[in-house]
Amino acid sequence: MSSVRVLVGTRKGAFILKADGKRKNWEVNGPYFTGWEVYHLKGSPADPNRIYASQSSGWFGQVLQRSNDGGTTWEAPGGGVTASPQGWPMGESNRFVYDTSPETGKPLTTHQWYDGTQHPWEFKRVWHLEPSLTDPDTIYAGVEDAALFRSTDGAHSWQELAGLRGHGTGPKWQPGAGGMCLHTIILDPANPERIYTAISAAGAFRSDDGGKTWKPINRGLRSLYIPDPTAEVGHCVHHIAMNPLRPGLLFMQKHWDVMRSDDGGEQWEEVSGNLPTDFGFAIDVHAHEPETVYVVPIKSDSEHFPLDGKLRVYRSRTGGNEWEELTKGLPQRNCYVNVLRDAMAVDSLDECGIYFGTTGGQVYASADAGDSWAPIAEHLPPVLSVEVETLA
Amino acid sequence: MIRVMLPTHLRNLAQVEGEITLEVDGTVTQGSVLDALEARYPVLRGTIREHDTLKRRAFIRVFACQEDLSHQPPDAPLPEAVAKGFEPLMIIGAIAGG
Repeated sequence: MSSVRVLVGTRKGAFILKADGKRKNWEVNGPYFTGWEVYHLKGSPADPNRIYASQSSGWFGQVLQRSNDGGTTWEAPGGGVTASPQGWPMGESNRFVYDTSPETGKPLTTHQWYDGTQHPWEFKRVWHLEPSLTDPDTIYAGVEDAALFRSTDGAHSWQELAGLRGHGTGPKWQPGAGGMCLHTIILDPANPERIYTAISAAGAFRSDDGGKTWKPINRGLRSLYIPDPTAEVGHCVHHIAMNPLRPGLLFMQKHWDVMRSDDGGEQWEEVSGNLPTDFGFAIDVHAHEPETVYVVPIKSDSEHFPLDGKLRVYRSRTGGNEWEELTKGLPQRNCYVNVLRDAMAVDSLDECGIYFGTTGGQVYASADAGDSWAPIAEHLPPVLSVEVETLA
Repeated sequence: MIRVMLPTHLRNLAQVEGEITLEVDGTVTQGSVLDALEARYPVLRGTIREHDTLKRRAFIRVFACQEDLSHQPPDAPLPEAVAKGFEPLMIIGAIAGG
């Protein structure tokens, strides 16, 4: 019998929620990594029992955790001893160092700071983990300050794909309110060389050579809060989603505006349509219907809570523009939570399940593609991310 | 033997309880104690001092014998009471926020 495993990252640890394919009765496991921020967990499509977790702390830095048994036990991979020039031991696991070597890297330049001055790149944390579609030991990490790293040894050692940070537009990238983070990584199942990333606030980028070189793909975006609204980079892209059945079709929740691209990001068009507000963070696509899209409209970029205290998911079955509100089972009064960019996911059961977590510590699930919802966990710490594994 | 006290989060990460005792060769300094600590618990690398630069992380403080040693050079000898194991070297997460 099929089952699902929901991986929840929160401000104070991780949780794993399990249910059978009916998705009625849920078991809550955790917290794991208690007291640490867990920005993201994600399972390997090639081996669902291999799960990676990004554990971080403003005090103690970044730790990468790995499970080989579906989240029952965890290890920090690696720890091999090498020596620094001073003879001091050097860690390898969890070591995210920007590649500045002349042979493979790019000089560590500066990006734009909040006040418009230039500021050096500094590693802070891993925001998003994206395991390879085919190899459980290969995984990509999107980090703050924005860069893309890859490990091919199960998260033991990490190498920066420096072509992205070194694209040349870096001095125009700037942090959003949450920091200058690379938060979206999409691997194209039809083309192993194609990778999409998105950065707040720089925009979307695409590589067609496995991550060596990158180009901005922001044509059609219009951001009124930057000096040149149609600039090549500088857009605050909040999240991008893609259905693997149609890899060239992308949906984006920008700071303001919901966008779509039919050609792998070459050109974007706005599809906000009748949404009550087009600000938001999360966006995802139905597992079997590439034109069915979900967003959670948020009142504004200063208030960060739903309109009128009503938590509503909006669904478009037409690839955008025409949106219907989904409210059954969701709080419709006095609700002032947010749904963050990585906190929505879908399962791939026959009747697609939709999941999202809130900054109020609830995780909601719908087992009928959004028609009705129920909380599957409540009173958790603020939810940072939600991912789903569909298990045979 | 050198005694080291870690903050709760790092004890959990290293899966240890209470104080840690370490053998340290040569002069007992912050650097040599942290070298020995990280050699035994590789998962702690990068959590107390930065990878590569080995600079103390901004929100980490180091105390011993009721003294704040956070800003001492890493190769400065630690107090004799620490070197002889009478007092622990305390690694502490700085208090920030409420």
